[in-house]
Amino acid sequence: MSEPGVPPLPAAGSPPSLSLFARAAILLRLLAIQGSWNYEILLGNGIAFCMEPVLRRLPGGRRGEAYRAALSRECRYFNAHPYLAAVAVGALARAELDQEPPGKIERFRTALCGPLGSVGDRLVWAGWLPFSSLLALTVFGFGGGPLAVVLTFLGTYNVAHLALRAWGLRVGWNQGLRVAASLGVPLLRASPPHVVRASSLLAGVAIPLSLYRVIGPGRGLLGGVLAAVALGAIVLARAQGRAEGWRIALLLLASVVLYSVIGHG
Amino acid sequence: MIREFLDVLPLAVLGAVLGLDVVSFPQAQISRPLVAATLAGALIGHAMEGLLAGAALELIALETLPVGASRYPEWGSAAVVGGALFASQPDSTPGAMSISVLAALATASVGGWSMVALRTWNARFAGRRRDRLEYGSRGAVVGLQVLGLTADLARGGVLTMVALLAMRPIMRASLSLWTVDGRWSRAVVAGMAATVAMGAVWKLFHTTAAARWYLAGGLVLGLAILAGR
Repeated sequence: MSEPGVPPLPAAGSPPSLSLFARAAILLRLLAIQGSWNYEILLGNGIAFCMEPVLRRLPGGRRGEAYRAALSRECRYFNAHPYLAAVAVGALARAELDQEPPGKIERFRTALCGPLGSVGDRLVWAGWLPFSSLLALTVFGFGGGPLAVVLTFLGTYNVAHLALRAWGLRVGWNQGLRVAASLGVPLLRASPPHVVRASSLLAGVAIPLSLYRVIGPGRGLLGGVLAAVALGAIVLARAQGRAEGWRIALLLLASVVLYSVIGHG
Repeated sequence: MIREFLDVLPLAVLGAVLGLDVVSFPQAQISRPLVAATLAGALIGHAMEGLLAGAALELIALETLPVGASRYPEWGSAAVVGGALFASQPDSTPGAMSISVLAALATASVGGWSMVALRTWNARFAGRRRDRLEYGSRGAVVGLQVLGLTADLARGGVLTMVALLAMRPIMRASLSLWTVDGRWSRAVVAGMAATVAMGAVWKLFHTTAAARWYLAGGLVLGLAILAGR
């Protein structure tokens, strides 16, 4: 399935080789792609920063006109999910190395922004991150110690995180300007609903068990808190978009602390 | 004052590293409260207390996922503050969790504001280098990236340091005046955190087909496990 706004292209030749060193350098830089994130060019500078090691292979090397022109093009405005930006880095680096016309690269760059943002947000921020968090909270609820909880979370989350970045770079580099079709792979398109369902199931288990573990034993108190949680959650859900729960929690907790301290004597 | 500063320094370094992880490097989510607060607790010898504070904060943090360019609280440095404050108190000191989580939420709020300020500052700095970026200068591209990373690292460190230096005496004073039963005050914190988490889970997942049934099934299972304890 190709993305709207990204026209299908004829099959490209086999990609130029990318040495292990260059691949490692890009992957390391990809971890810092948002280092200069800002409200003017967003990820733009990060994209240029990540592909810079490959651009040195352009005619004339670092001092060449092609290198400077490519770097100048690639540090302009760009928006994407930071993990899936690896796809853009791979594809754009390949396009620059293939010396595609600048206008074509710029159009491709613009078309890539939207899909890489929305797919990544659904897959990672609204899918895998809460899943990993709820899985670790489930382990916590079942009595897991610090090491077990932390390793569950970091292991689960980062297996997918690092695999996604590595996959993105590989597929971007291999497909070049034809990369849009790769964003339609079932893992990216069809997996978010399954992850969401699994997260929902985990949430149902993790939240009451975590509550119990933080409060400690005592059925009467726990029952009252569970009832209050159910009521509060309904109010918060109905206030969708109009109220932020964490801000309300901050205000309520400040009131509780003031009451508990001022109530002295 | 110097002793206080030196006491807090290792935690400020941890806050700097975890604050950096939120957006800039490496976004491996070591900044999530469950991890960050536990690490802070471990650093002062009480990982379990750090984990307890981290679990409460993690439940709240489920609501604020870093989707798109939205503005959200900064949990990395904040969880270090919350985890360290809670872990620094002896077992079950009444009010310790309430004050620690409150301190973490306040730090997260200021941290969110500081990230917006940093992004604005990054934009200004990029603007000043526009000519060199347009020219395709490698030094400008790499320099801007390194500067942003360094500034973010410093932001997290300073935030953690200031929050801990401010909150430690406030916490000591508040705990000496605390009147409410320890279990009740802990139940209030956990209840609030679970409420925010349930609201967040509903908002995130209810539009997916059948997800609400999975949530209901999970709740039945969770409550059955609790009833069996």
